[in-house]
Amino acid sequence: MSEVKKFLYVNRKAPYGTIYAQESLEVVLIGAAFDQDVSLAFLDDGVFQLTKGQDTKEIGLKNFSATYRALGDYEVTKLYVEKESLEERGLSLDDLQNIEYEDEDDDYAEKPSIRLVSRAEMAEVMADQDVVLSF
Amino acid sequence: MGTLHTVNKSPFQNQTLLSCLAHAKAGDAVLMIEDGVYGGTTGTAVSDALSKTDSDVSLYVLGADLAARGIDAGRVAEGVTSVDYEGFVDLAATHDRVQNWL
Repeated sequence: MSEVKKFLYVNRKAPYGTIYAQESLEVVLIGAAFDQDVSLAFLDDGVFQLTKGQDTKEIGLKNFSATYRALGDYEVTKLYVEKESLEERGLSLDDLQNIEYEDEDDDYAEKPSIRLVSRAEMAEVMADQDVVLSF
Repeated sequence: MGTLHTVNKSPFQNQTLLSCLAHAKAGDAVLMIEDGVYGGTTGTAVSDALSKTDSDVSLYVLGADLAARGIDAGRVAEGVTSVDYEGFVDLAATHDRVQNWL
């Protein structure tokens, strides 16, 4: 098999005003089939994608927020969320969904997928990738 | 060597250029293209952000997009270099990855 590359999907848009967030999720799920080292970054308005309690019944759009909780089943277990972006929008980690994955190397213990990082740490994450895809 | 960041939206429409500059690291390049070139002009609301950017981050605008918008080369901000399409290709080839800020 060819060499595993590090892929970062960068999410900077709120979920329902444009199609970017949902398209990103679709691409992540498709890409997950290729056994690469996948990470997701949520910054700027992208942090709004992960809020809990989303209810789209009255706007006629599919609520895709539950899909983030399924990412662990596709071995997508690194969701980097930028702390400054949350704070600028009056949010904290408590306002986000609880997203976990089962660690197969640790007796399938449930572990948090969301990793809260500073802006400087996010820049490090970005610089550490082979491929960066933006949405 | 580092990342080539591209920004294609006006900084007067959204925060993308500012977010890009805040995440660029020493050795990176930021290339403003399409409507992004408005961010590379002098005397604007984002001039401060440009001048405060780490001097080890190189700033570029795509000349063709400046010309298309009637922006004289003399209005390119200090510290910002205008490149042609070949220059764009060179930047892409000399950096480890390209990050398009949408």
